[in-house]
Amino acid sequence: MTAAPDPFDVIVVGAGPAGSAAALAVARAGLRVALLERGPFPGSKNMYGGVIYGRVLDQVIPNWWDEIPIQRWITRRGTMILTPTQSLCLDFRSQTWAGPPYNGATALRPDFDAWLAAKAEAAGSVLVTSTVATDVVRDPSGRVVGVVTDRPDPATGASTSALRARVVIACDGVNSFIAKAAGLYPGASEQAEHTTLGVKEVLRLPRESIEQRFNLTGREGADFEVVGCTMDVPGGGFLYTNLDTISVGVVLHLPGLAASKHRPEEILAGFKAHPSIAPFVAGGEIVEYSAHLIPEGGYDQIPTLAGDGLLVAGDAAGLCLAAGVWLEGVNFAIGSGLAAGATAVEAIRSGDTTAARGLAGYRARLEANFVLADHKKLRRVPEFLLSGRAQFQYPQLTCDVVEDLFTVRNPAPKQGIARLAWKSARRSRVRLRDLARDGWTAIRSYG
Amino acid sequence: MTNDSSRTWPRVSFDDRMGTVEFRVSPTPHIVVDGDSCRGCSTRACVTACPANLFVPTSDGGIVFNYEQCFECGTCYLVCDTEGAISWSYPEGGHGVVFHAS
Repeated sequence: MTAAPDPFDVIVVGAGPAGSAAALAVARAGLRVALLERGPFPGSKNMYGGVIYGRVLDQVIPNWWDEIPIQRWITRRGTMILTPTQSLCLDFRSQTWAGPPYNGATALRPDFDAWLAAKAEAAGSVLVTSTVATDVVRDPSGRVVGVVTDRPDPATGASTSALRARVVIACDGVNSFIAKAAGLYPGASEQAEHTTLGVKEVLRLPRESIEQRFNLTGREGADFEVVGCTMDVPGGGFLYTNLDTISVGVVLHLPGLAASKHRPEEILAGFKAHPSIAPFVAGGEIVEYSAHLIPEGGYDQIPTLAGDGLLVAGDAAGLCLAAGVWLEGVNFAIGSGLAAGATAVEAIRSGDTTAARGLAGYRARLEANFVLADHKKLRRVPEFLLSGRAQFQYPQLTCDVVEDLFTVRNPAPKQGIARLAWKSARRSRVRLRDLARDGWTAIRSYG
Repeated sequence: MTNDSSRTWPRVSFDDRMGTVEFRVSPTPHIVVDGDSCRGCSTRACVTACPANLFVPTSDGGIVFNYEQCFECGTCYLVCDTEGAISWSYPEGGHGVVFHAS
C-alpha cells in the first residue's frame, strides 16, 4: 500500500513509564522507534500517589539513583487503619533505604517521566509530543500496522494522518483508546467495577516543617497508606512527603462513588480533617489539585495483552498493583514496557508479528518476572480490599480490640485478647465464616 | 467529621482548588453530552463523581456540561449507565490539562 518504506519499525503510544521503557528497549536494539505523547511534555497528563520503586531499572540504567530526579527516598513506611475516632498504625523505618541501592522514592511525574523519556531519546527514539493516537491502522488481514494521529497530513491536507510501523505498543494509560480500538477492553460498566478514582492535593509546607512533622532528615521521606478514611465509599488514602510539598489524597472505587452522596473533594477534606492526619497537613497551601483513574482489578482483569502487530503495557494493560500493603504501578509499567519492547524487537527480527507466534513471548516474559508473577499471586486481593468487610467492618473491629486492650477499667480486671476480639466481632457483626475465609485468602496471597 | 471547626488548613473554595491547575483549553470540546439522554436519567452518577464538578443538573431535568476544566480522567463515561449519553475522547494534542506538581 505504501510506496515509501515506513520511517519507523515500532510506534509506542504514550511517553509515560511504560512507553519510555518500551521505546528505550527498542532503540537500544537498534530499531527505529517513534514515541508519541499527547501532552505537551512527558508526565504532563500523569498523576499518581507518589512512590516509585526503582529496582526494575538496575539492569537497564546502572546507578540510576545517581541521576533520577527524586523528591525524597522513602525510609519510613506507615500502614494505617482509621475509623472516624480511632487510628492504628504499623509504622516502620529503615535506614538501609536511605542509601544506595535504595528502595522507594517520591518523585513528581513531570520530572520522572521526562527523565525516562530523555533516556529513550538518547538511545535513538524519536519523541513526538502534543500528538494523540486516536485509532489503529489495520491491513486487510486485520493486523495492526500503525496508528491514526491528530496531526494534519501534509501530503493530503487531511486533519489526521497515519503513521505506520511493524509493531504498535499501546502505553496510553487506563483509558487506552488504542486497546479499545483493538477490541481488547470490556464495556464501561465492567471496567468501572475494577477502577478507582484518585484525587490528590499537593500542599506546600516549609521543608523544615515536613521534616519535623514526619521525623525525617536530609532527603529521607515518609509514605503512609491508609484504609477506613473514605466515608461510605470503598477506597483508601495516602500521604507522601516530597521535598517541600506533601501529597495527600484518596482513592475511591467508582461504583461506590457513583452511588454516594459525597463528592471526591469532600471525602478528601474528611480524610485531611481526621485527628491522625490533620496535624501532618495543617497550614499546607494547595499547589496543585489533580485526579486520575487507577486500574485496580489485578490479574483476573488484565486484558488480552497482544494482538497481531500490537502489544499493550502499563496502565493500559491494567497492571497497577493495588494489594493493600503493596501499592505499586510505575515499576509494573516499566517492567511491562521493557518486556514489550524486547518482544517487538524479537518479532520484527523473526519476520513474524502475529499475536499467536511472534508476539506470544510477551506474556511469557511477564509471567516469568515480577509483573505477572506478583499479580497472579495476589489475584484475590483487589476484590477483597474493596469489600465491605475490609473497608468498614475489619477496621472497626481491629481498632475496637486495641482500644479495649488499652482502656484501663479498674476496678474491673483485665480481659484477654481473645475475649475482647470475640466481643468486638459480635459488635461489628463480623461473621466467623467470613473471617475464616478472608484469613485463608490472606494466607494464600501474602503467605 | 468535615464540619468547619475541625479544619486546621486554609479553606479553599472549589474555584480556587481548580485554579491551581493549568488547562490549555482546546477550541474543540473533547466530551459531548447528549442532554436528551440525561433527561431520563435518575442516577446522575456523573454529577457526584466527576472530580472537576463539570456536570451540573438544570431545572428542566437536563445536564449542562463544560469541558474546559477537565482532568481527562474518564470517570464520567465509566460511571454513566446511559448508553451513548457521554461521548468521550482526548482533547487534541498539546491541549487540555497540564500537571506540573503531581
